[in-house]
Amino acid sequence: MGSRSSHAAVIPDVDSIRRETGFSQASLIRLHHRFRALDRNKKGYLSRIDLQQIGALAVNPLGDRIIESFLPNGSQQVDFPGFVRVLAHFRPVEDEDTDLDPKKPEPLNSRRNKLHYAFQLYDLDRDGKISRHEMLQVLRLMVGVQVTEEQLENIADRTVQEADEDGDGAVSFLEFTKSLEKMDVEQKMSIRILK
Amino acid sequence: MWGLRARGPGGGLLLALVLGGLLWTGGVEVEPGGAHGESQGFQVVTFEWAHVQDPYVIALWVLVASLAKIGFHLSHKVTSVVPESALLIVLGLVLGGIVWAADHIASFTLTPTVFFFYLLPPIVLDAGYFMPNRLFFGNLGTILLYAVVGTVWNAATTGLSLYGVFLSGLMGDLQIGLLDFLLFGSLIAAVDPVAVLAVFEEVHVNEVLFIIVFGESLLNDAVTVVLYNVFESFVSLGGDNVTGVDCVKGIVSFFVVSLGGTLVGVIFAFLLSLVTRFTKHVRIIEPGFVFVISYLSYLTSEMLSLSAILAITFCGICCQKYVKANISEQSATTVRYTMKMLASGAETIIFMFLGISAVNPFIWTWNTAFVLLTLVFISVYRAIGVVLQTWLLNRYRMVQLEPIDQVVLSYGGLRGAVAFALVVLLDGEKVKEKNLFVSTTIIVVFFTVIFQGLTIKPLVQWLKVKRSEHREPRLNEKLHGRAFDHILSAIEDISGQIGHNYLRDKWSHFDRKFLSRVLMRRSAQKSRDQILNVFHELNLKDAISYVAEGERRGSLAFIRSPSTDNMVNVDFTPRSSTVEASVSYLLRENVSAVCLDMQSLQQRRRSIRDTEDMVTHHTLQQYLYKPRQEYKHLYSRHELTPTEDEKQDREIFHRTMRKRLESFKSAKLGLNQKKAAKMYKRERAQKRRNSSIPNGKLPTEIPVQNFTIKEKDLELSDTEEPPNYDEMSGGIEFLAGVTKDTASDSPAGIDNPVFSPDEALDRSLLARVPPWLSPGETVVPSQRARTQIPLSPGTFRRLTPFRLSSKSVDSFLQADGPEERAPAAKPESTHM
Repeated sequence: MGSRSSHAAVIPDVDSIRRETGFSQASLIRLHHRFRALDRNKKGYLSRIDLQQIGALAVNPLGDRIIESFLPNGSQQVDFPGFVRVLAHFRPVEDEDTDLDPKKPEPLNSRRNKLHYAFQLYDLDRDGKISRHEMLQVLRLMVGVQVTEEQLENIADRTVQEADEDGDGAVSFLEFTKSLEKMDVEQKMSIRILK
Repeated sequence: MWGLRARGPGGGLLLALVLGGLLWTGGVEVEPGGAHGESQGFQVVTFEWAHVQDPYVIALWVLVASLAKIGFHLSHKVTSVVPESALLIVLGLVLGGIVWAADHIASFTLTPTVFFFYLLPPIVLDAGYFMPNRLFFGNLGTILLYAVVGTVWNAATTGLSLYGVFLSGLMGDLQIGLLDFLLFGSLIAAVDPVAVLAVFEEVHVNEVLFIIVFGESLLNDAVTVVLYNVFESFVSLGGDNVTGVDCVKGIVSFFVVSLGGTLVGVIFAFLLSLVTRFTKHVRIIEPGFVFVISYLSYLTSEMLSLSAILAITFCGICCQKYVKANISEQSATTVRYTMKMLASGAETIIFMFLGISAVNPFIWTWNTAFVLLTLVFISVYRAIGVVLQTWLLNRYRMVQLEPIDQVVLSYGGLRGAVAFALVVLLDGEKVKEKNLFVSTTIIVVFFTVIFQGLTIKPLVQWLKVKRSEHREPRLNEKLHGRAFDHILSAIEDISGQIGHNYLRDKWSHFDRKFLSRVLMRRSAQKSRDQILNVFHELNLKDAISYVAEGERRGSLAFIRSPSTDNMVNVDFTPRSSTVEASVSYLLRENVSAVCLDMQSLQQRRRSIRDTEDMVTHHTLQQYLYKPRQEYKHLYSRHELTPTEDEKQDREIFHRTMRKRLESFKSAKLGLNQKKAAKMYKRERAQKRRNSSIPNGKLPTEIPVQNFTIKEKDLELSDTEEPPNYDEMSGGIEFLAGVTKDTASDSPAGIDNPVFSPDEALDRSLLARVPPWLSPGETVVPSQRARTQIPLSPGTFRRLTPFRLSSKSVDSFLQADGPEERAPAAKPESTHM
């Protein structure tokens, strides 16, 4: 319990990271510790392999996609700021976050950004739309093998149709947001330990 | 020995009436107690009731309790609202009433001897053996604080407050002193493991909260025992004779009792693990060792007047890993089910007899003020204690305990049979108001189990869920909602939610280096790695599918085609990893399913399109993978359901690994992504037909010799180089090793030939043991299979195993002489 020997001073650019992500000092220290634990060769960055070694991700249907999301734009590594930037999406929304300063950029843990993070897990080709094919791919990952391929395609069709408002056969981010407007995304996409 | 004091044939008769079924016992009326009738020559049939009386009555009671359970579950509505423990108590009251009406004597009561020697140990052992260890040790600090400080606080405040009220004269005239109050406080303070589990199992709270309440209820036993013993001896000494030295002794005894109990448990766990290592030839009695040795730990610490509950809990906690690895699968299943059966049965009997014991006018002494105030004080002080301790804890805890959690923690402080047994144990000579204590305890137990047990579920629901509208969520919400759950759990894993990683790493290092080596079978040490097992199975499937495909085609010509996109995916229904004798024979019936036809599938799809409409929602609901939080099921005394989850885990794991391999291969072999996707699609189409996971790739070559390797050989020739784990810290190592090696263009380090460019394959690879043999199983393909596989030179290279570990040197290597072995990444447990 409590933080161990690591200090905030070890983390480079700790202040700017804090400002960007909104993490508390203690959380950052902890995450940095975690980061170094994952970084097995003390490279200073995490490679895909480092992340793939987290055993529980192998049994998570979206595990590999999430690993992908840590490695933006095809790069093979993520440094500490990048690491916490992704995690910052999952910081719980607190009261002080809500009174938004219009001058400041939207915090990473806003509803919009949380949704956008999820959206880009679906949108593999980064064209701003979830196509039927992309939806199908996610479904394949998330549904047990008992479901037949035709059922899956059917479900994918339906899901796209349900959310698709402009009839282009794909789900844009706006449509994605709308289809989930009744959902408590702030709560569902937050981890309380990430304060 | 059994404390259910049946009173002669009368009791038995009554039971028969209660049961209503065993009509033949009506014979008692004809000749009651006829066992020792006058000897008028040889009797063809004698009635020997007295002879069988005790065990008979016991068996009948167990039967009644079990039948009652069936009865409760006939109505799902009732059991979903009322906890079973409450129902059992009520049933006990009714049965007790009947017994009383017939007999006018409380014939059957729950005696401390029975409770502590026979009913409690199975429950606690079960709790320990199935303890979610990681969660438990992750929260050990919190649990200890609640168990030790919390219990002392409860005992002291309750006792003192009651004494204060007594001094004010509200309770009337009682022969009672401060020490008696403290004694009562100490026995009523402890949260009861039996009651807590019975209720919390049905209330689905989050895992951290659960483990805290559960852990507290188990560990507070030491405190209870010490406080109880200390105050009891103080009471018998008389208040004036208690000196400061005695108090110090009391505190010292706390440490001795708790640490000693734990130590006894750990020692017996060590013994048990060690014994199970050598039971290979007596598989049938393996499960017996688990129970006997654990029970001995309980008795031993009882004998040494240490905390028996702690001993058996820690015996279970510590041995689980090694025992599970050592004993055979069947024995493990036996242990699981027997343990659940005993625990569940014991619990049922406890609650029923709590009810029955209450029907006894001789123990009832009513004192409204005392009873009510006790109820108020234990609830209020529990709440205050929880809030204070949580406030302290939250400054150090990573996962904060929110106000809602605190409410559940306070409200979940159920009292139960331990308190009852302890109060019955009191000496009526020394404690003048014993009956008052007994009746108050009964009231408290009934109140907490029935009232709080009934209300805690609605309370939790009311506090947690804000949902006002209840509507069928749309597809998008359902799908994305589930995706969010998965994302969240992945992020939790990445951010390493529970701390203690450092300590855990150190411990698992120590465990690997020393403990596992001593306590685990060699074969178990080798195969304990989950990933190894999965790959073992994957490869086994590869091999099987290879053979079967060959049979189907009548030749193995297909494997000679080297082109990568001409891979044959054959698939089979999942079967256990022990494939014996005739693989091909077993599989022949599946062969027809292997052939697939995308065309016909598509046609069918169009035609049934409309009907799918309704089932879509249903399908999603049913088959979406559950997020970890939902299924990671903690501990249940009544159910053994993790198989479903394991299946899911395995399924996803297979897919993930397959995909990672696929993407690796495509990168390596220049196979473009489109092809990979196409392959995947095909694979998937086959997969769902057979609902199992296909192998992505078929072997091209076959290792010829040694299809049969006996486990014994493996064991004997297991010379085991010291594994070098240093650079490992958990996770999926093999891929790491493989990819790393290739990245640096040194294929020599690659153990899995699938990854090797063909020219890199040399003889050394052939020498490796096929994976389906490595964890010590015997695979003997049928004669036919053997003859049909062309023994092509160069042989099955593709089939050669994912040699993940370099630590095992088995008969293959020995047979083939010294080989150069490239150091390979060693896998390690996944810490899942």
